[in-house]
Amino acid sequence: MAVTNILMVGVGGQGIILASTILAEVAVANGFDVKKSEIHGMAQRGGAVSSHIRFGEKVYSPLIPAREADILFGAELLETYRWLPYLKPGGKIITSLQKIDPPQVFRGEMKYPAGLEEKLRERDPDLIAINALEEAIALGESRTATVLLLGALSHLLEFRLESWLEKVKDLVPRKAVEINLQAFQRGRELAS
Amino acid sequence: MKKLMSGNQAIARGAWEADCEVACAYPGTPSTEILESIAEYPEIKAEWSTNEKVALEVACGASYAGARALASMKHVGLNVASDPLFTLSYTGIKGGLVVVTCDDPNLYSSQNEQDNRHYARSAKLPMLEPSDSDEARRFTKLAFELSEKYDCPVLIRSTTRISHGQSLVELEDRIPSPVKKGLDRDPAKYVMLPGYARPRHPRLEERMKKLKEFAESFPENRMELGDKKIGIISSGIAYQYAREAFPEASFLKLGMVWPLPENLIKKFANQVEKLYVVEELDPFLEDNIRAMGLNPVGKEVFPICGELSPELVKKGILGEGAVKELKFDTSIPARPPNLCPGCPHRGVFYVLKKLRAFVCGDIGCYTLAAQPPLKSLHTCLCMGAGVGQSFGMEKVLGKEEKIVAVIGDSTFFHSGITPLIDIVYNQGEATIIILDNLTTAMTGRQGHPGSGLSIYNKPAKRILPEKLGEALGIEKVEIINPYNLKETEQVIKREMEAKRPSLIIARSPCVLIPEFKKVKKSPLKVELEKCNGCRVCLQLACPAITWREETEKEKKRKGYAQIDSLFCTGCEICAQICKQEAIIREE
Repeated sequence: MAVTNILMVGVGGQGIILASTILAEVAVANGFDVKKSEIHGMAQRGGAVSSHIRFGEKVYSPLIPAREADILFGAELLETYRWLPYLKPGGKIITSLQKIDPPQVFRGEMKYPAGLEEKLRERDPDLIAINALEEAIALGESRTATVLLLGALSHLLEFRLESWLEKVKDLVPRKAVEINLQAFQRGRELAS
Repeated sequence: MKKLMSGNQAIARGAWEADCEVACAYPGTPSTEILESIAEYPEIKAEWSTNEKVALEVACGASYAGARALASMKHVGLNVASDPLFTLSYTGIKGGLVVVTCDDPNLYSSQNEQDNRHYARSAKLPMLEPSDSDEARRFTKLAFELSEKYDCPVLIRSTTRISHGQSLVELEDRIPSPVKKGLDRDPAKYVMLPGYARPRHPRLEERMKKLKEFAESFPENRMELGDKKIGIISSGIAYQYAREAFPEASFLKLGMVWPLPENLIKKFANQVEKLYVVEELDPFLEDNIRAMGLNPVGKEVFPICGELSPELVKKGILGEGAVKELKFDTSIPARPPNLCPGCPHRGVFYVLKKLRAFVCGDIGCYTLAAQPPLKSLHTCLCMGAGVGQSFGMEKVLGKEEKIVAVIGDSTFFHSGITPLIDIVYNQGEATIIILDNLTTAMTGRQGHPGSGLSIYNKPAKRILPEKLGEALGIEKVEIINPYNLKETEQVIKREMEAKRPSLIIARSPCVLIPEFKKVKKSPLKVELEKCNGCRVCLQLACPAITWREETEKEKKRKGYAQIDSLFCTGCEICAQICKQEAIIREE
């Protein structure tokens, strides 16, 4: 069986590391060998964050080879676009439409690039683009936006739904289990 | 049972399974989580040590007393701990002693890209290198056994992709250490006077010979024979990249990277048509394999600098056209890390820039102040270096240049005290600013001697840098509030001009620790009618302040600043520098 490659990207503080841990644990629960690699370190200070998740019968390298990502999962629009070169031809994209200004933009030295959603759609006509932050705020907790996107991702992967729900329950903060499960289900609905 | 774990968690698990009793570290990316994970096992006594040298010395003491002990550190941390390490190679140990070094190829969070395999060779110690999390666990256990069998510390080398990568780990039970605890009064072993040390040297050489023999049959040095056209010798994460790129090739996978199994390597070389050495950073294996009289292909086709990848391995062996290239759009804005909104360091650097000071910097979040627009930090070498550097500059230029040193609180305890003593003793007039945010912020907010918190997040004895400064006889020790720009500027300016050594402590909690709640205020806002679009507040690089272009044609300004109330901590630094007085507190 070929290895499935998922690249998850976003901005420090958005919960990419948590989301990628949930995905990796779900893959383990479904009987796969899994490797995951990410760069922490400076993540908390608003820098770009990326996490490589690979699963299959046997996985060697923890890094996704160039242009081999089956799915690109982005919690911030510019970050999704930044990592687009990793996507394989015919690969799928799930992105939040949330925009977080990088330093040169908030300092007024550059503009936030326009037309990114269209550029993503050129690569994946079935692009799943979600106003994840607004949806999460509507549910009552802005911090569930990335778990909401994870719900959308679950629609593209053949893992048992119970295994997703179980790992979300296990890994999100204990006080926020219910709201995260709601967000996950909402994301799954939006993608279907 | 199998569990998904990072390499760092797996090293901690391995230490626990091996009945390690004492573990010490100073935080440093990518090694920090080893001790954080160890601290979750109640059977192990864990500590954040003042620095890596102290960590190794405390672990050494535990080992001499018969316990299994571990010290972990980032690659540059081993430079600090190298002094005890080299002579520990002579004395040997009693309880198993494991030293973990985590290298950082590609410098994700480091000041250099050194390859610590060289330490194994120069300190004459065995070194194991895991290639995934389960090996990290198993090799840690093996390292304790080897340490006791060969009476020496054993090094484990991890890299960022091993430490921060996750893969499945088999869990095993904890097995009691076979070593009996107690002290041995044995000066010939433990007192390295020249007379006692001299005979230890040939013993050490003898030990390396035995370890070399052991390496020949060590099951973690294994041949995986496939297609014999390509034979690859590799270890660690590089092995995984090479297997990914050439799943059908033949491999000699080395679990122990020092000493090397010469016969096994020659045997492998004889069986394959073309021999490659695939390793990250320096040609360490390659040079040593060449010295065996073999002629492998290595760094002539694989890069020395930066990380490897399956693509780079493929490109090296098959040539330029063999791999897909990643072409990134470089026209879009980058997203580098930033000082957080409300960070107490921001005001100090704004003032230093205004005063046109030359700032000797150090290692921490504040090193980010070197970047535009703050651009007010001018050196960064290693932990504690800025303090000594500023004194050296003063010796050459006197007070004609406005020189200061800035150092974080954790870094000050790590390596800033001895150069401060040097300044006092040698009658310097340097100005040292401790950026005291009460935590080791850069690595994820660990306790340190000035924080009053232990590794278990429990109260610990707190050592105050101001008391230390006074005890050293520094005439002027002053604590300032870094959110008060006027005070900060007055004090720094006065002390830069004064002909005496001075210690300024800019103290306010990191915005990411619980204490910050006590100083956090309600968010500020920009009174849009008053803002003239001068952009002065943008020079603070605060992520809470955003530039907006003016859309109303009748307005003279090109744009205005806006404050995001979700990010703003109400620190008022921007309000203090706004000449229009346009920044006020939200009602």
